[in-house]
Amino acid sequence: MDAGEAIDITVTVNGVACRRRVDARQSLVDFLREDLELTGSHVGCEHGVCGACTVRVDGVLARGCLMLAAQCDGSAVETIEGVAASGTIADLQAAFAVANALQCGYCTPAMLLTADALLREDPGLGADEIRRGLSGNYCRCTGYHAIVEAVLATARSRREARGG
Amino acid sequence: MADTPARIPEGESYIGKSVVRPQAARLLDGRGVFTDDLRLPRMLHVAFLRSPHAHARIVSLDARAALAIPGVVRVVTGEELAGVCSGWVGTLAHFAGMKSATQHPLARERATWQGEPVAAVVAESRALAEDGVARVAVEWAPLPVVTDPETALDPATPVIHPELGDNLAFALELKSGDADAAFAGADHVYRDTFWMGRHTGVTLEPRAIIADFDPSERRLTVYHSFQAPNMMQDILARHLRLPEHAVRVICKDVGGSFGIKVHIYPDEMATCALAVLLGRSVKFVADRLESFQSDIHARDHRVNAEIAVRRDGTILGMRVDDLTGIGPYSVYPRTSAVEGNQTIRLTPGVYRFRDYAARLRVVFQNKTPMCQYRAVGHPVAFAVMEGMVDRVARELGLDPVEVRRQNYVTAEMYPHTSQTGYFFERLSHEECLDRLLALSDYRARCAERDALRAKGVYRGLGLCAFVELTTPGPAFYGVGGARISSQDGCTLKLEPGGAVTCITGVTEQGQGTDAMLAQVVASSVGVPIEHVRVLTGDTLVAPYGGGTWASRGAGIGGEAALQTGKALKGNILRVAAAMLQCEPDELDVRRGKVVDSATGEVRLDLAELGRVAYFRPDTLPKDFQSELTVTRHYVPRHQGFAFTNGIQLSHVEVDPATGFVRLLAHWVVEDCGRIINPRLVDEQLRGAIVQGLGAALFEHCVYDAAGQLLTGTMADYLVPMAAEMPDIVVGHVETPTAFAEGGFKGAGEAGTAGAPGAVLNAVNDALAPLGARVTRQPITPDVVLRALGTLA
Repeated sequence: MDAGEAIDITVTVNGVACRRRVDARQSLVDFLREDLELTGSHVGCEHGVCGACTVRVDGVLARGCLMLAAQCDGSAVETIEGVAASGTIADLQAAFAVANALQCGYCTPAMLLTADALLREDPGLGADEIRRGLSGNYCRCTGYHAIVEAVLATARSRREARGG
Repeated sequence: MADTPARIPEGESYIGKSVVRPQAARLLDGRGVFTDDLRLPRMLHVAFLRSPHAHARIVSLDARAALAIPGVVRVVTGEELAGVCSGWVGTLAHFAGMKSATQHPLARERATWQGEPVAAVVAESRALAEDGVARVAVEWAPLPVVTDPETALDPATPVIHPELGDNLAFALELKSGDADAAFAGADHVYRDTFWMGRHTGVTLEPRAIIADFDPSERRLTVYHSFQAPNMMQDILARHLRLPEHAVRVICKDVGGSFGIKVHIYPDEMATCALAVLLGRSVKFVADRLESFQSDIHARDHRVNAEIAVRRDGTILGMRVDDLTGIGPYSVYPRTSAVEGNQTIRLTPGVYRFRDYAARLRVVFQNKTPMCQYRAVGHPVAFAVMEGMVDRVARELGLDPVEVRRQNYVTAEMYPHTSQTGYFFERLSHEECLDRLLALSDYRARCAERDALRAKGVYRGLGLCAFVELTTPGPAFYGVGGARISSQDGCTLKLEPGGAVTCITGVTEQGQGTDAMLAQVVASSVGVPIEHVRVLTGDTLVAPYGGGTWASRGAGIGGEAALQTGKALKGNILRVAAAMLQCEPDELDVRRGKVVDSATGEVRLDLAELGRVAYFRPDTLPKDFQSELTVTRHYVPRHQGFAFTNGIQLSHVEVDPATGFVRLLAHWVVEDCGRIINPRLVDEQLRGAIVQGLGAALFEHCVYDAAGQLLTGTMADYLVPMAAEMPDIVVGHVETPTAFAEGGFKGAGEAGTAGAPGAVLNAVNDALAPLGARVTRQPITPDVVLRALGTLA
């Protein structure tokens, strides 16, 4: 496929509106990394299996490699940079640090966004549900045990914070 | 400072504490800097045309259509690049008789595996470079392929490199005692053939490199996702004909390595050669298909094993024949013979029998090159050995625990030299076994297994004892002529403000090297760990060293840091003594303060000492020179390797209807000597175990008869994901090495060493009442159903 036509898009990324001209074939994750220099979203397989490029599009998790930048015209995209700066996952990040639920850190931004989505959906979830919920995010380093532990600890603390 | 205590009775040791890694916060915020995150001015991108055939002659190559694309800068072939970068041969002198062919950055005349880079397209973006690759027209003349190691040495099989005479890269025979006599005198002899399939590392961050050449100074700076920057510096300098000091290799954050990122890859050498050729910076990042085709593959062994035993389960002897396929080239510079060499040397090492005979043949084939991956040789060796031990127990109706116990090298036998010449200073097999049985409640699980069998539920328990080779000295590579450092250095600098900067040759790929070193430095100098900053992965500034592989970071880098810390502390005390007009031995450094060593009374803050030493040395005696930057080096001199040991237990359930194996739980008890950071060691074990579980059940590079890789995506090549993986319980025994002051040994590969054998034995335990047994990994449903006779 050649570069083909260019498309003008307006997309809100981490709360900031930006207008860009993108190649029709450019993926969302390449747009974020190359055009906006938001390198916290990572490219692992480019065919939707490893989950390293996971971002939020209009509040919903999406694979940045399976979505085109042009499809995000008019959408609000959130990446690890914005979500981390918001402070909304600080508890989860702290739990990851304590449990050593990250080694090389390459899967980590997407793992955090996925885990946070699981916790928002059901803060009462148990280890098996966490394992199932994270099974679209590949981590080669940890063996997942510590990640599950960190998400469980965050679920507990979020339930307690809500008086549950 | 108001909160400074008047007395500090003792210093703080961080050894044995689960300190959080200093880079965790950065990585958790998405602020890691991986190689692909970097962009340099006027940087070009390269994509490679790779051979679609496993073996084919390049008849012609026409790049005109590619060059017509706006933004495509250059198309370079093997012939052109050979003028910039010389070829290499992956052999080591201490592997007698080893041979391999000369390999080049881009194939010349002939491609020898599907995925071998043939031409490079350089463009203004990766996308444009890939557009160019699609338009390079190559006429191929396919050649006969060699895929099956079993027939690679047959006279009728084509020879991949005619100049070598045959397809044999390396052969080795080992003999200890008299295996024939042991077999002749045995009550029973059991034979099996084990197949350990090809798999690969699948680092989530693919291989990545940026080469930046400045023609005005003829200096090359390389940003590389890599484990051994000095090795890369040396090789780039020699093959690009640059002075060693003109090459600087920098490793930023590395997104997983596991032995994948410690070898010389033709596409990475080509990228550096292109930077020299073009006088520009050039980036290459492998995509996932390229990773599967061109990252080194691992294992690919067929092992025939025979064991001779007495009827009471005493092992009398063993014979092993290992045949392993390594692709068309032995990988440079570590060679593809180390895996097989370690396999046959490690196999008997847990046990005390002496009569052992082994044969190894390493053969060429038209598949992706095979080389060292996490736990080199170990998983094959211990799956075979422990598989045979369980076979013995089952055939003779003995308890697998007791068969191990009665054959172990036992506590009173150390120091001990193995059948194949490995020196074991002190291992702890019996203690690890006892600890494992308690940790896993083994007997209760056996009873539960037996009760469930009556209900048609097939669960199994599988043990796998192992040793792990860590902390290698020069016997590994240096003696064979490879310029890979076994020593490592550490530089510590007391900053004027009282903090300590640590620069070292060992490197970080997520293991926690930085945290481990900060703990050692803080403890040995006597400063709070928050005051230590560690820098790794830069050949221009770090002391010369080997990097991180073969579980050497703690054993070598940790000991170097310990010795450097002691030296810096001594120098700090000399400055303090000059300032305080006393003797250095009256003082100590504790928690960032100089104190009276007897009373703990605080005499001086390190920031005050730094101020005087750096800015007011005029106030010190005229004949006194402070030395607040020190470097020390360390190499293990008293043993070739620091061996560790441990044992794993896998608990599985097999569904005889579908052949699916479900992992229920996994336990490990491991002895890596003195533990610096328990949490990091636990997580090294867990991550490594899961890599072994993947190899045991899922991961397989499948080829067809024509040498076409059929598993080029992550949808085809299965990696362990969270849902299939069990919880992993970790226990420890600590037997420090007495040959190094810190007592540290390595822990990075023990998990992978034992997990496949444990799963193999657990599956066979589950299948035993059904009369079935498997000896092939990965143990896919297909393998189980064939063993059960459900599939023909």
